[in-house]
Amino acid sequence: MAASYFDVDGTLVSTNLVHPTLFYLLNQATPVQTALRFGRALFKAPAMTVAELADRRTFNELLYSSYQGMSEDRLVLLSDEVFEKVLRPSIYPAARDLVRKNVDRGNVVVLISGALDFIARRLADHLGADDVIANRLEMKDGYATGKLEKPVVAGPEKARLIRDHARVHGHDLDDCYAFSDSYSDLPMLSVVGHPAAVNPDPRLKLLARAYSWPSFDLRACP
Amino acid sequence: MNHPSVTTLERDSAPRVLFSGDQLVEADLPAGTRCIYPKPPIQPLRDVDAAIRYAINHPLGSEPLYAKLRPGMKVTIAVDDISLPLPPMKAPDVRERILEIVLALMADHGVDDIEIIIATGIHRKMKAGEVRHMVGRKVFDAYWPDRLYNHDAEDHDNLVEVATTDHGEVIEMNRRAVESDLIVYVNLNFVPMDGGHKSLMCGLTSYRSLSAHHNPETIRGCDSYMDPQKSELATRISRMGRLASQKLEVFTVETTINNRMFDRPLDFLAKNEDDLDARERALLKGLVATTARLPQVARQAIFDRFPAPYGVTGVWAGETEAVHEKTLERCYEQYLVPFEGQADVLVTGIPFISPYNVHAFLNPLLVSVQAQGYLFNFYRGAPLVKKGGTLIITHPCTDKFDHEQHAPYIDFVHRVLPETRDAVELHQRYEKKFAQDPAFIQMYRTGHAYHPAHPFFMWYWGENGRQHLGRVIVVGADNEYIPKLLGYETAATMDEALYRARGSENKSLSIAHMHVPPIVMADVRV
Repeated sequence: MAASYFDVDGTLVSTNLVHPTLFYLLNQATPVQTALRFGRALFKAPAMTVAELADRRTFNELLYSSYQGMSEDRLVLLSDEVFEKVLRPSIYPAARDLVRKNVDRGNVVVLISGALDFIARRLADHLGADDVIANRLEMKDGYATGKLEKPVVAGPEKARLIRDHARVHGHDLDDCYAFSDSYSDLPMLSVVGHPAAVNPDPRLKLLARAYSWPSFDLRACP
Repeated sequence: MNHPSVTTLERDSAPRVLFSGDQLVEADLPAGTRCIYPKPPIQPLRDVDAAIRYAINHPLGSEPLYAKLRPGMKVTIAVDDISLPLPPMKAPDVRERILEIVLALMADHGVDDIEIIIATGIHRKMKAGEVRHMVGRKVFDAYWPDRLYNHDAEDHDNLVEVATTDHGEVIEMNRRAVESDLIVYVNLNFVPMDGGHKSLMCGLTSYRSLSAHHNPETIRGCDSYMDPQKSELATRISRMGRLASQKLEVFTVETTINNRMFDRPLDFLAKNEDDLDARERALLKGLVATTARLPQVARQAIFDRFPAPYGVTGVWAGETEAVHEKTLERCYEQYLVPFEGQADVLVTGIPFISPYNVHAFLNPLLVSVQAQGYLFNFYRGAPLVKKGGTLIITHPCTDKFDHEQHAPYIDFVHRVLPETRDAVELHQRYEKKFAQDPAFIQMYRTGHAYHPAHPFFMWYWGENGRQHLGRVIVVGADNEYIPKLLGYETAATMDEALYRARGSENKSLSIAHMHVPPIVMADVRV
């Protein structure tokens, strides 16, 4: 059996990692906490902007440091709302159908995302995906430390995680599919036999053309 | 004695001009070669609109269209796609004229629940500009995109099973059409294999239904695709179509066009090279030299630029089979040229266009479709070339594909074809899996790519030619890899190709040359 690995942000949904984070920051237990957390996040914004351009992993680590001190209960409790209010409206019209075509083909569908695991899981359930490889917040005594558990799901690391997943589950990578919108996911696209560029950024679009990879847009309704 | 459209070459005959993709090349064919040319274009109808009105008011085997209409009914109009005709027709396309008349009639009868579906089957979806050109601005502005759209053979929520034949062939069709009180099919019959039941059974069905007849077994069972009486493909499609007609109310409108593919000043391309006047000879020389020097993109742009000035030669309406019989008669009248006996060698150029690459490059798989599929099958009676004979074609066989339209073709040619050329093995081992490729299906659904099953169907398309011919030699290939992949031999010149065809014993050969385009069919008497 083959697997289909889907990047999430920009590929299946129009939002990125910042949107759910903002939702959490703006929905703290008290207005004071909200103001404090939001202020701290704003202070880190320039550093995050630089990191986003230089290294996706550092960006993720900086972004998730904003979660420091949030309780696990609250994170999980709000995840339904995050999904309904942030993620669900931003799912591309044809995304669900694309996932279904992969399932119909008999492929195991795996979402591989820099998002947090409990949010990615909600999306996977909604789209009919089988598994999730996502970032996990480190917790201590029921509170987020602001660090991510290793391995951090980002950039080239996604390729290694896909290889490991395929090995453990007995998928032949030559038969596997990978879908992404971003040139930064080139490593993950390169390890499978059937890479595809979805809503590709200009660099990935050029690359997909050069290598004759399928390239399409999920933002358009069929 | 030869038909006027057949010429036997003499020692001092002019070189023949052959298409080699989007270039023109000259070749000296040996004296004694019999060249078959397209007949002159049939005189077109003087008043096409009147002919359309007459046809729908005096239908064959059916009550008139107006008698079928009642207020509040649900109507679906299905229209042939961009694969017909080639190249696209100069505006107004005959489909535009029919649609305007039919829609006005429906409005007069209080019918307003109308949707127009472009019967693309698993072909690529037509782009807005192409649809506008085909149906005209008035219909386009009123209906596109909510009530005028492309069929989607992968939208399983909107496909419905109509029936299953006693041979197990499942008819799965577009839900809107099936649930309509009336389906009107608007056809443009380019070649004799088009139209009839094929229109609905290919245009509005799914991969599942298409695979009931687009498979190696069916194709190998065909004599000529262009002769429905001897085509297993037509037999199966008709069987499905007849059954569907029992469940659906269908009113068919079919049209034929003449073979005026080239407008002035290029109309001389249809003529016998010996009959060209001084101006035409100069133009031809200029065209040969120009196409040899221009880059490919520029050549394609030139040929894409000029729609064909086809003239409408007939319009019939009513019950599908009764209508199609008339359509076939007119098609044959235009295309069939009597030809005595079969040849050892058939020489033909491969032009730049096929039904599956409008506004795109003719990729290597489509070269084989043209050679062993269409051109080989342009006969009635018997193949133009003897069993085990040689087909010589001129084409560069460039390893180039349109990245959007032909995305699944690239994988087929470079991943699958190197494994095997055997159509049965391709069908059994690879087709189903490939046809379900989610990325290519998405490109088909939301973009303008052919369905991933299409390259397989295209390979099968050449199957009866492949079974019949002994060898195919390609002249002018710019690489060795593609011809080898297609199972072709290569020759640098026409002389070398003919020398190879003669073999080591240098036997004398009967040679036929088919001058295309425009389309010509040999009516071969053995």
